[in-house]
Amino acid sequence: MERIGTVMAFDYTRAGKYFLLADFVLGMKLGLKYFFRPKATLNYPHEKGPLSPRFRGEHALRRYENGEERCIACKLCEAICPAQAIVIDAEPREDGSRRTTRYDIDMTKCIYCGFCQEACPVDAIVEGPNFEFATETREELFYDKAKLLENGDRWEAEIARNLELDAPYR
Amino acid sequence: MGFFDTTLGMFLIILAQCLMVLGFVMISLLVLVYGDRKVWGAVQMRRGPNVVGPWGILQTIADALKYVVKEVVVPAGADRTVFFLAPLASFILAVVAWAVIPFDETWILSDLNVAVLFVFAVSSLEVYGVIMGGWASNSKYPFLGALRSAAQMISYEVSIGFIIVGIIITTGSLSFVDIVLAQDGDWGFFSWYWLPHFPMVFLFFISALAETNRPPFDLPEAESELVAGYQVEYSSTPFLLFMAGEYIAIWLMCALTTLLFFGGWLSPVPGLPDGAIWFVAKMGFFFFLFAMVKAITPRYRYDQLMRLGWKVFLPMSLLWVVVVSFFAQYGAFGGTYARWVTGG
Repeated sequence: MERIGTVMAFDYTRAGKYFLLADFVLGMKLGLKYFFRPKATLNYPHEKGPLSPRFRGEHALRRYENGEERCIACKLCEAICPAQAIVIDAEPREDGSRRTTRYDIDMTKCIYCGFCQEACPVDAIVEGPNFEFATETREELFYDKAKLLENGDRWEAEIARNLELDAPYR
Repeated sequence: MGFFDTTLGMFLIILAQCLMVLGFVMISLLVLVYGDRKVWGAVQMRRGPNVVGPWGILQTIADALKYVVKEVVVPAGADRTVFFLAPLASFILAVVAWAVIPFDETWILSDLNVAVLFVFAVSSLEVYGVIMGGWASNSKYPFLGALRSAAQMISYEVSIGFIIVGIIITTGSLSFVDIVLAQDGDWGFFSWYWLPHFPMVFLFFISALAETNRPPFDLPEAESELVAGYQVEYSSTPFLLFMAGEYIAIWLMCALTTLLFFGGWLSPVPGLPDGAIWFVAKMGFFFFLFAMVKAITPRYRYDQLMRLGWKVFLPMSLLWVVVVSFFAQYGAFGGTYARWVTGG
């Protein structure tokens, strides 16, 4: 509507569109176009989206190929952890090498920043590709060394592949 | 004289017929809620429910069960009797209207000679479920929501009434069977009332959207900006009854659109047999339109809703009644508007 003097000019185009439901016809066309488009949804538990090799999921402690645990208890991860989720105790082992006696991660504190992985000089603590580790109780999320080493054993193949894929960019 | 001629036998037959209609309504309710969500999902490139049962068709049953096993929360200070009466009224009245809907020429619970009036009266009474629910909650937002919804439903009922008056003038009868038979012509699809009453088809459809609180007029459900409506305080089975009543009312509006404008059970192609299958298919098509409109339209503002109802639809439908009366009186267009004279 445009005001000319004191008379309102009548916008015939707009009125015509209004009464012919032009906007609704357009909307219906668009809606039907999308109706027959392929669905964007993944059937999640059965189908999963691709993950980057850098994906930071559940933590794991890795071993060398001979079964020796990698972690040398340098505590760099404990020091860098911004959420202070990692607690490490260490003692010399019988053969004299320095190893952890305690390696706890409080997964409820962890912010999945990946700094522990970056700090580790021996690629011992890593964040693996697993993101489905929800639990029914809070206590189950307080991971200890045994749990982390078990994760390492279970996910070693994927972790090793991801590290190799990401190596050229480091 | 067999058993079914005795009073008890006839009673049993009528009871069985009632249960058949109720069964149809309830089963279609399951499919409707599922179809609604599927259509809505498809337009948004989602899959919709697809986990419970094959293709997810049992999703509605799962949802209904979920509602039933939930705790019924009654607000402190609520009028308990009216609080529980409201969803019942809403649900039962929505079902009652189906008593006069013909699925075929003889497949009808009660061929009332004032069937249109009956449906109109019953669907008007549905406003009471809304008002009772909002009032009995004893809470300010449901009360405001109830007032809003009541005003909305009443406003659009006025124009729906005038549109139906045009149909009645053309037919010369208030019975649905007569209205459908009057649309039976040599040109199949093109002898139905949608053609002579062309602009009113859209008005009726849009009014039906507003009457049943569907988008774009779903202000009672506007939880984001209006704190929903009369059903805010309802949970569990009472809420389920409100929802079921709403969907049954939508299905009824699909049936009315089919009966009044699209020839009920008549076949669109001359030569093909007529039958209830056509009736259900047409209703399904209109429900698809209902679902599509829900998917493509943003919500109206309340003043826009009222303006559309009172300043556009009411004058247009009122004018149409005058025009149709004129056409019918003077037999315009070869008596298209006076079919009680020409005999359909």
